Amino acid sequence: MTSAHAAGHAHHHPEPVSPAALRTKAIESLLVEKGLLSRAAIDRVVETYEQDVGPMIGARIVARAWVDPAFKRRLLADGTSAIAELGYGGRGGEHLVVVENTPRVHNVICCTLCSCYPWAVLGLPPSWYKDPAYRSRVVREPRAVLAEFGLRLDPSVEVRVWDSSAEVRYLVLPERPEGTAALTEDELAARVSRDAMIGVTRVEAVVAP
Amino acid sequence: MGWPMNGMSDVGGMSGFGPVRWREGGASFHADWEKTVFAIAFALQAQGIYSVDESRRSVEAMHPAEYLASSYFERWLSAAERLLIEKGVLTEADLAQRLALAQSGELPGEPAGAAPRLAGLVAEVIRDGRSKRRAADPPRFRVGDGVVARNMHPRHHSRLPRYARGRRGRVERVYGGFIFPDSHAHGLGEQPQQLYCVRFDGREIWGDDAEPGTSLSLDLFESYLLPLPEGACRP
Repeated sequence: MTSAHAAGHAHHHPEPVSPAALRTKAIESLLVEKGLLSRAAIDRVVETYEQDVGPMIGARIVARAWVDPAFKRRLLADGTSAIAELGYGGRGGEHLVVVENTPRVHNVICCTLCSCYPWAVLGLPPSWYKDPAYRSRVVREPRAVLAEFGLRLDPSVEVRVWDSSAEVRYLVLPERPEGTAALTEDELAARVSRDAMIGVTRVEAVVAP
Repeated sequence: MGWPMNGMSDVGGMSGFGPVRWREGGASFHADWEKTVFAIAFALQAQGIYSVDESRRSVEAMHPAEYLASSYFERWLSAAERLLIEKGVLTEADLAQRLALAQSGELPGEPAGAAPRLAGLVAEVIRDGRSKRRAADPPRFRVGDGVVARNMHPRHHSRLPRYARGRRGRVERVYGGFIFPDSHAHGLGEQPQQLYCVRFDGREIWGDDAEPGTSLSLDLFESYLLPLPEGACRP
């Protein structure tokens, strides 16, 4: 953008605006005019999913399940009700099913048709989860995909892929790693990653110093 | 209904997309306009202007080349534009005219007090947005029943991936009644149906090319399934 161009307008563009950004401005402006949208509503949605709802919620649920066997039983029996005990739920978690990783079974979640994801407990999905590469391959060759994430499973471990093809949402309960007996619930939660709750990695063991 | 079901979105089992780009970290948004598009779609769905099923149907109706050339939120933006035109909320001329204003930097500002109750409504929907419904009929299948996913290629939206069609599996969970996307995506009502989690052995889906010791679990509506006679071979 030239300075002459910038000077000719009451405002300035810090960088070129993409066609998609312009289309978004156009549709936003029309919808506001029709009373179907407001900046306040946009900000409410964005702030919620950028700040309030994210993988830290799933991590707290996992840590609670690790330290409280009765909660874990309720979580695996009825995920929706169990997370409601902790004050969680809502959009993208109304019908939550939690699947448990064990030494014999490894679970991984996906959505081949679009990008269904347990928003209420993990926030919005990472870009790779939405890409055709992950969606096409994780159902066809899950072990190869997991190996690319650095997770090499023994052939004796059964791999279960959950393709979220309706409105049920899945969350993986990772295995509690070794060396964590002395950690508090909060310290445990801090170790649980988003990717482990999708099922593409494990929670790392704590190695004694 | 004129919307092909076998759209580009149904990618399960395809080859050629390359490695998963997880090392990039996977931020949910890559530009501010993506946040706005996400929020616009959320707000429109919260108000019942269009449903999530209609949004998916609209994405699936994209030309395959356009689908692949578009980013995730570009698809959402295209779906919103098409659905708002389809619903008569906006016209193509409205969009073209407003786009020209956006290009010249002459868009009007937001008037004070626009959609005053909307922020509260979206907050409500963030807290709750159930799609579970009472189905008209009791479940036809029980946990452990053998089923076969129908080989179907209807010209409307559906949620039965191609890779599972014609394959035999077992009912793993009975979830109860849910809004039926095939009707709901076309404005034909919720028509709730029983939903099941059905587990398929990897070999049943991919044959000898399956990785050993793998299975796939899909959530399938009752009308996608037929009973498998007892004693039928796999699974």
